[in-house]
Amino acid sequence: MSAPIVIVGAGQSGLQVAESLRSEGWEGGILLLGEEAVPPYHRPPLSKAYLAGKAEEAQLFIRSPEALAKKRIDFRPGSRVAALDIARQTLTLADGSQLDYEGLALATGARNRALPLPGAELDGVFGLRTLDDTRRIADALAATEAVVVIGGGFIGLEFAAVAAAQGKRVTVLEAAERLMARAVPPALSDFYLALHRAHGVRVELGVSVAAVLGEQGRAHGVRCADGREFEAGLVVAGIGVLPNDELAAAAGIACDRGILVDACSRTSAPNVVASGDCTVTRLEDGSLRRLESVQAAVEQGKSAAAALLGRERPFSARPWFWSDQYEVKLQMAGLAAGADRSVLRGSQEAHAFSLFHYRGEQLLAVDSLNQPQVHMLSRRMLDAGRSPTPAQAADSGFELNTVLATPAPATSS
Amino acid sequence: MVMITYVEPNGGRQEIDVPEGWSLMQGAMSNGVDGMEAECGGSCACATCHCYIDEAALALIPPAADNEAAMLENVVAERRPTSRLACQVKATAALEGILVELPAAQS
Ligand SMILES: Cc1cc2nc3c(=O)[nH]c(=O)nc-3n(C[C@H](O)[C@H](O)[C@H](O)COP(=O)(O)OP(=O)(O)OC[C@H]3O[C@@H](n4cnc5c(N)ncnc54)[C@H](O)[C@@H]3O)c2cc1C
Ligand code: FES
Repeated sequence: MSAPIVIVGAGQSGLQVAESLRSEGWEGGILLLGEEAVPPYHRPPLSKAYLAGKAEEAQLFIRSPEALAKKRIDFRPGSRVAALDIARQTLTLADGSQLDYEGLALATGARNRALPLPGAELDGVFGLRTLDDTRRIADALAATEAVVVIGGGFIGLEFAAVAAAQGKRVTVLEAAERLMARAVPPALSDFYLALHRAHGVRVELGVSVAAVLGEQGRAHGVRCADGREFEAGLVVAGIGVLPNDELAAAAGIACDRGILVDACSRTSAPNVVASGDCTVTRLEDGSLRRLESVQAAVEQGKSAAAALLGRERPFSARPWFWSDQYEVKLQMAGLAAGADRSVLRGSQEAHAFSLFHYRGEQLLAVDSLNQPQVHMLSRRMLDAGRSPTPAQAADSGFELNTVLATPAPATSS
Repeated sequence: MVMITYVEPNGGRQEIDVPEGWSLMQGAMSNGVDGMEAECGGSCACATCHCYIDEAALALIPPAADNEAAMLENVVAERRPTSRLACQVKATAALEGILVELPAAQS
């Protein structure tokens, strides 16, 4: 019997590779190896509905093991791959056993950056990445009144919102001068700062945390470089992630803070593709792009499966992302990097507005808060390469869907 | 359990017992029904769980909230009066035996 296609990592992206291989007509074996003990699950609810108690654990799993078996996907939980041999097309599991592969997909995801601080090892200090992390955080949250969140990015702020809604005293400590600085424009950082403060969260910007304080192995607070101390029975660190690219790098596959892939998810090694959070994509203009999102995990997974079967299916869809904090739903379409002006549509006071980001007259991205209709329209406009003028975007009386209804100008890009 | 019949884009049918209180999206995803993507995992953020509900059953389901209705306005596939986001519709005993049809495109 010929060797199977092996997928390393059973997260959102690994699962997508497996299923796309089947739907693209691969009839051979598919082995889906995952280090975690559970079937593939949705990570985004971990810091949102699930942590807030609005979803039960069983509802997190994307597919039941039976559904995977029905598609003849051999899913093996608790299987960590320890080494790859690209030349011999074999891999070694943590238990020492070896497997041959016909094709290989790496979907090893990312892990939380560890807190580089004294006291980081104390009980009560967590990162939020896995179901296991979340279970332990939920227990710790129930047992404490005071919480410190280190890092004001999406995950830290979503967690802060859940904790605040449960009546906890929450402090968010962010090193940068604004929240979510890597992902949103200043106007949104300001909006979210006000939103969290209005919910009683203490947010400190431009602070550097020097140590986690503890006694008898348990954390009870943090100390900042300026000497200030904040009490906490639970410390959650959300200071970014590191791609799990060591396995690939050790096997000689090109990596650059992530496994390097092209738009079709191919790595530098023959018959080896990679997708999701573990990758960094080299774009046509030579620049590198890392997207940590479900959409990228899914779309790259599809192109990775196609590439293994010798087909080119570049991942070209416009990026989109979302975040839920309190009653505010943020939905982002496109990438605002490179924008030279932003136009407001709607009302910040009413918590219902969108920011249209332009470079010149070209629409690059739209961030919508509690404006799902505008978000859906923006995705369609960006996909179609269409755009309202900045003046039209700013005019709430202007019907955005007319932009899609009129024929494309011959010069549109 | 509530028995739901999902009609896949290629016409295939899957009869699935969905636990009461689960969404129609979760019932389909868990069992690998084709045509359901559900990228956001039920946050009402992606509209890739678009489905058409049996007309007769529509009256048994609470109407779409503002958020869902707004998302439905610009779904990728044809918007019909029976369009819903499956993650926002909970399986209840009243829905026993209904048909839920999946569109050809979600994204
Ligand atoms: C709390 C939280 C909230 C999020 N919210 C959003 C959101 O709102 N919107 C959004 O778009 N994205 C969100 N994300 C990001 C999104 O979840 C990720 O981008 C996505 O899960 C990436 O999928 P992946 O399959 O590439 O990686 P992962 O989901 O990380 O899966 C990789 C898997 O590979 C396994 N693995 C690693 N190494 C090995 C090995 N050597 N052998 C075997 N198995 C291995 C890991 O254990 C893991 O299970 C969130 C993430 C988190 C943690
Ligand atoms: S699963 Fe995303 S909107 Fe329903």
